[in-house]
Amino acid sequence: MAHTIRLGRAGAGLMPLLSGAIRLALSGLLLLATPGFAFAQEAAAISGGDTAWMLISTALVLLMTAGLAFFYGGLVSSKNVLNTMMMSFIAFGFSGVLWALVGYSLAFGAGNAFVGDFSMALLGGVGTEPSGTIPHMLFMAYQGAFAIITAALISGAIIGRMKFGAYVTFISIWGLVVYAPVAHWVWNTGGWLFGLSALDFAGGAVVHVNAGAGALAAALVLGPRTDYGRQAMLPHNVPFVLLGAGLLWFGWMGFNGGSALAANELAALGVVNTLFAPAATLVVWSLLDVMFAKHITAVGAATGIVVGLVAVTPAAGFVSPMSAMAIGAIAAFPSYFIIRWRARSGLDDSLDVFAAHGVGGFTGAILTGVFATTALNAAGQDGLLYGNPRQVLIQFIAVGAVFVYSGVMTAVILKVVQAVAGLRPESDAERRGMDVLAHGEEGYATGDGAVLILHEELNGNAAK
Amino acid sequence: MKLIKAIIRPEKLNDVLKALYQAEVRGLTVSRVQGHGGETEAVETYRGMSVKMALVEKVVIEIGVSEPFVDAAVKAVMNAARTGEVGDGKIFVLPIDAVHRIRTAEKDVAAVTPVAS
Repeated sequence: MAHTIRLGRAGAGLMPLLSGAIRLALSGLLLLATPGFAFAQEAAAISGGDTAWMLISTALVLLMTAGLAFFYGGLVSSKNVLNTMMMSFIAFGFSGVLWALVGYSLAFGAGNAFVGDFSMALLGGVGTEPSGTIPHMLFMAYQGAFAIITAALISGAIIGRMKFGAYVTFISIWGLVVYAPVAHWVWNTGGWLFGLSALDFAGGAVVHVNAGAGALAAALVLGPRTDYGRQAMLPHNVPFVLLGAGLLWFGWMGFNGGSALAANELAALGVVNTLFAPAATLVVWSLLDVMFAKHITAVGAATGIVVGLVAVTPAAGFVSPMSAMAIGAIAAFPSYFIIRWRARSGLDDSLDVFAAHGVGGFTGAILTGVFATTALNAAGQDGLLYGNPRQVLIQFIAVGAVFVYSGVMTAVILKVVQAVAGLRPESDAERRGMDVLAHGEEGYATGDGAVLILHEELNGNAAK
Repeated sequence: MKLIKAIIRPEKLNDVLKALYQAEVRGLTVSRVQGHGGETEAVETYRGMSVKMALVEKVVIEIGVSEPFVDAAVKAVMNAARTGEVGDGKIFVLPIDAVHRIRTAEKDVAAVTPVAS
């Protein structure tokens, strides 16, 4: 809800300027009633400080998708490294373009309780006028970076076995049919989960449960890799995994801190919680690793950090740092044991997107309903520990609805793409690796035995 | 003339090279290989998936030597590469039909005799 465009600033409840907050809320109501933004331009002013922080946060969130590419790329075998990393990078293009064309409007247009409208399609009316205290187009771009990484997150479930064209088609449709409506539900003042007062500061449900459910459905529809369960499939570059985890943590400061939509107390709270929650997860994860893997593993450390980041995402602007550490510590358990179970099961959610993002997001969202306090964020709700047990139920409804919708719609989209174009390459091609098959490149070409084909030769062959 | 082919632990390579140098054996080729002797298999864990590493990193040293150097080279490798644990490796001594030095077209013993510097 912190993302909510019209209430974003008014939602910063510690602001002493109550009258200003009321004025902003009123302008928000006017916005809902009018297609244009003329009123908003007069009602609010752009803050240089807020804008500076959101410019940086947008860049930080954008970097997360590159970090994710390294995180995922290191976890796969060397024959699939480019394909895996490209699944993240291609989202910059397709998910980014579609966000500007229609995605933003579908997510943040007034519309109804379930989806936005086309009022801001092609960025119509999205200019430099204030949205809260930052330029409207900056808010749009910040949200666009979220749409990009959410689509990219799903790819971890289907690596090494999906035609690239089918994947691109899938995430393009997914961004409009699944991501945009779910963002609307939770973050638009008119959305039905917003109306229920569900708390999701930076996207525990919208980004992580959403991607986790999509990943689970995608892994089930695609089925396991040909050699899954028969051959050991090892990470080919664990340093990449650690680099990716580090970049994700760095970018997540803008993901959670920027979700305050201002350089204020809530941004500070979000950044502090984003530092300490994953720290607590890493400690617990390490102890679990000592018990069950006999060593503190590097892949485990990277995974634990990501789980902690996911878990604190919905809570970041609603809970105290001590509560954030509790959330991070508790979140390690379900994700750790589901990863252990998953590795021995027939479910080839290859990089455990469901366990890390789906389960981590679920745990974090429920615990937000336990630890949230209006003492820190008056625009939020009190949780179970602060005398409001109902919030846990609301959180459960929110993540449950997102989970079911994303899971079902992901399966439907994939079935349609399957019927039209097919999803998987031949198994022999899959064994040779997706890099050469899908991209005509190798991640680590040695150049040994690479003989240059002359242009005449190439043209001659083409003619035959 | 013999071809001495020694399979050793990678961490012993520098010791072996030093021993061969001290034994005045010159001219060798080193390759990184993987193999399996009788050693205990190491177990690694990746996100709850345990794998047994059935192949172990080894280094192969190949040395073409004239008869007077065979015993010296074998002894040098043997002493330098030994730890006493399973997995120290093997030394094979193979007969050679002919040796040619590409640069000068010298043959056999002349081809494996180091160039006087």
